[in-house]
Amino acid sequence: MLSKRIIPCLDVRDGKTTKGIKFKENVDIGDPVEMAGFYYKEGADEIVFYDITASSEKRNIMINVVRRVAEEIFIPFSVGGGIRNIEDMRAVLLAGAEKVSVNTAAVDYPELISEGAKAFGSQCIVLGMDVKKVAPKQSTPSGYEVVTHGGRTFTGIDALAWAKKAEDSGAGEICLNSIDADGAQQGYEIALTSLISGNVNIPVIASGGAGNINHIYDVLKYAEADAALIASIIHYGTYTIRQIKYELHSRGIKVRNTW
Amino acid sequence: MISIIDYKAGNLKSVERALKKLGFPCCITHKNEEILSSQRIIFPGVGAAGQAIEDLRHFGLDKVLRQAFETGKPILGICLGAQIILDKSKENGAQCLGLISGEVKLFPSPLFSEDNERLKIPHMGWNSVHLVREHPVMEGINPADEFYFVHSYYPVPASDKCVIGTTGYGIEFPSIIGHKNLIAMQFHPEKSGTPGLKILKNFCTWNGHYVE
Repeated sequence: MLSKRIIPCLDVRDGKTTKGIKFKENVDIGDPVEMAGFYYKEGADEIVFYDITASSEKRNIMINVVRRVAEEIFIPFSVGGGIRNIEDMRAVLLAGAEKVSVNTAAVDYPELISEGAKAFGSQCIVLGMDVKKVAPKQSTPSGYEVVTHGGRTFTGIDALAWAKKAEDSGAGEICLNSIDADGAQQGYEIALTSLISGNVNIPVIASGGAGNINHIYDVLKYAEADAALIASIIHYGTYTIRQIKYELHSRGIKVRNTW
Repeated sequence: MISIIDYKAGNLKSVERALKKLGFPCCITHKNEEILSSQRIIFPGVGAAGQAIEDLRHFGLDKVLRQAFETGKPILGICLGAQIILDKSKENGAQCLGLISGEVKLFPSPLFSEDNERLKIPHMGWNSVHLVREHPVMEGINPADEFYFVHSYYPVPASDKCVIGTTGYGIEFPSIIGHKNLIAMQFHPEKSGTPGLKILKNFCTWNGHYVE
């Protein structure tokens, strides 16, 4: 039986992680390679790197990070943020990432998904979606709208329609981030996750809102999420991945045994 | 030296990095003589069967693989490399290498778990393997160990004797198959953490002998 995946997310700017971790172990809290190595040993099923480097001249720093991570961890990892075209995808994949995640660039140019899938295979292409709850209207009948720029820009695209279109175009997976829930640590957006995951045939990673283990349990148990993205609750040392997985396992969620 | 066969399919570097980490010298190559002079061969691959077979033939690698298999060289197939060693694939109706008799099938759809939960295709993520036969390459692998899968098709050898391990995903499918000096797995050992590295290490020291 397939396990539900627990996926830590690391935000990286200019080659350094932006959220630290508070652990007794000797881990450099700013170094994404060390953090990835630490989470790998802790039992992460996959790792997501999100590059928030602002200037394009510094993009190569991330490629170096990816290369070093690939030498240290032997689980899949994906890289998102600033992936604008096929060449950006190729650079990240050649450096050793298993998957690339596209978000704003796919909204601006939807063919990027099919072109990426054709060039590298669907299993490489993750659609990152930032979504906000809106009043249902003609353009957004599901009541959820795709947004960009951290939620400041509304695209007029319906979240469910976009997810289905991405699947048809060859995306291998969807990372679904609720802007409303993100950072609040009040739980994932269950209704949204359930709506998207229940209507596509590719895996959906729920993102945004994890504040405790109950939240993770709920989204995996009740929202058909295939995986849960976590950030603050492990970066700030509230829980370890080991603890989270053991607790989920005790409550009947199938997770990979790494404790 | 271990040859990782390069036919432009998939993430060959991740296999190379894993072997480097384990301390085994290897090279990524499509040169026939280099492959045939190496001690063992890893045959990875992601993508579609039809294209893969075409690319293999283009480099003359279909013949090289057959020759290596017949001379008893240990060969490890990974993912698509565990599929196109069979006779044929339902994917693109491709005629494959036929090193092991059998065919490659697509997961039935819709697919449901024992708890009647709808299962997605591709089968993507971590799953366990039930070993139905002992094999030197699987030594030290525990029933609780899990491995990283990503696929929609799976290998079905004609003979049950070639099934080393199975995995449950709506149906129970062969996830490790083997015949003589050839062993192949549907999951990615190079992306499967400690137990995956263990399998690679076992393969790199295996002499190719296996009594069926």
